[in-house]
Amino acid sequence: MTSPPSVISFNGVNQTFTRDDGATVSALENLSFEIGKHEFVAVLGPSGCGKSTLLRLTAGLVFPTGGDVSIYGAKVTEPRDDIGIVFQRPTLLPWFDVLGNVTFPFRHKYGRVTQAEKDRAHDLLKLVGLEEFAKARVEQLSGGMQQRVGIARALLLDPDILLMDEPFSALDALSRDEMSFELLRIWTERPKTVLFITHSIPEAVLLADRIIVMTPRPGAVREVLQVELPRPRSFDSLSDPRFNALANHIRSRLFTRQAV
Amino acid sequence: MERAARRALGLLNRFAPALAFIGLLILWEVGCRVFKVPTFLLPTPSMIVAGAREQTFAIWGTHLWATVRVALMGYLAAICVSIPLAVALTSSKLLARTLYPMIVVVHSTPIVAIAPIIVVTLGASDLPRVVITFLITFFPIVVTTTTGLLSTPEELIELSRSLRADRSREMLNIRLPYALPYIFSALKISTTLAVVGAVVAEFVAAEQGLGYFIQFATSFFKINQSFVALILLVTTSLAFFQFIGLLQRILAPWSLPKSER
Repeated sequence: MTSPPSVISFNGVNQTFTRDDGATVSALENLSFEIGKHEFVAVLGPSGCGKSTLLRLTAGLVFPTGGDVSIYGAKVTEPRDDIGIVFQRPTLLPWFDVLGNVTFPFRHKYGRVTQAEKDRAHDLLKLVGLEEFAKARVEQLSGGMQQRVGIARALLLDPDILLMDEPFSALDALSRDEMSFELLRIWTERPKTVLFITHSIPEAVLLADRIIVMTPRPGAVREVLQVELPRPRSFDSLSDPRFNALANHIRSRLFTRQAV
Repeated sequence: MERAARRALGLLNRFAPALAFIGLLILWEVGCRVFKVPTFLLPTPSMIVAGAREQTFAIWGTHLWATVRVALMGYLAAICVSIPLAVALTSSKLLARTLYPMIVVVHSTPIVAIAPIIVVTLGASDLPRVVITFLITFFPIVVTTTTGLLSTPEELIELSRSLRADRSREMLNIRLPYALPYIFSALKISTTLAVVGAVVAEFVAAEQGLGYFIQFATSFFKINQSFVALILLVTTSLAFFQFIGLLQRILAPWSLPKSER
């Protein structure tokens, strides 16, 4: 049996940085993994393990010092049109209303916004549950709502791949749970290949098909885990024994050398 | 009863600044009369009002316009140079390294000290005065705009790069609008500096203008008339400042702090 062709693949990726004092620091070491079509993969690791670098390598914003990153079999040499990014902070533009923020990528890339894009943006706002807020000012929205706008903005150019960099980590715990389920609903309605960076174990287990657990600096793959929770997932998934078993397993793996 | 007291307190709150100001004027007037302070040392408010009538409306107008003209031209020149300069400084490391030391040297030069030199070099027109105003005004605009241009969140720059938008779009669509709150702050600070610049230039060489008038009037011990000119200068500064505030409210209300919207 041949495995389906991968969408994102990392082949022996190394990433070193040169610090200001001239010393070289290794951020990622010999990183290899594959992500399949419409797969939801969470990358989990402690802060400073190079998770964000991994996302920026995929986005074509930085380039590896060794090995290579390919998307649909083509080496990444520049940012691609079929990738949308959701950042840790929503970073919306305060001088546009919500609709203007969602259409911003198109305006920025092509210089103007067409009616077709506005219609698309309205559809996306409906998808993220903000259709009534199209004309609202950004500052009037809560953190969770702002991040919904961030997701709609990332989906505007209809990317195949969605890169998410700890998108809910700045939210309070309640909004965070709510947004996790919202994201699963959006992902079910608009299937995408998702690379989701997080440092939250429950979040990774709840959302992902597979979890890539990283080691601390330099970041390397410690373990790749399949999440055997049935979909669609709901609040019930949180009390599934398999949820806790997997979360506990990851916890024990991450904190092996720090027994209390 | 309690409601009436609260209303009185509310009125007091609202009119407190005006009342304090009027109180100060009365204190000034009474103090000067009681202690018989000579007019050429400190004129009373009523003598200042009288001083306004010692010159014709046309004369005040001529001096006011001369100062406003120089201040405005210097200010506009500073804006036209500073903002593109800030864009250049943030766009290229080489330019920043080359130009920044020069800008700092210009700023570190006491403008009052080189003003006479500038007047000799540039001759007797508005030009030297505009240049002096420009030199005093431009630095805060450059520095503050540069800070604003560099304050753009990294994520937005990455978003821009991920869309493969070129650097000019990044500057125009993201960095410049993001810097607007900073730019408006700089423009507000500089309004006062522009008036200062114009007055300093007039102290050095001028045949008209409020700065010139103050020197002229004080040399004849017409202190009350100097005070009139001073009031006109303060009013000019305030009007400039308010105008920029109004412009910001109309053009970019989002860039105002929440409390001012």
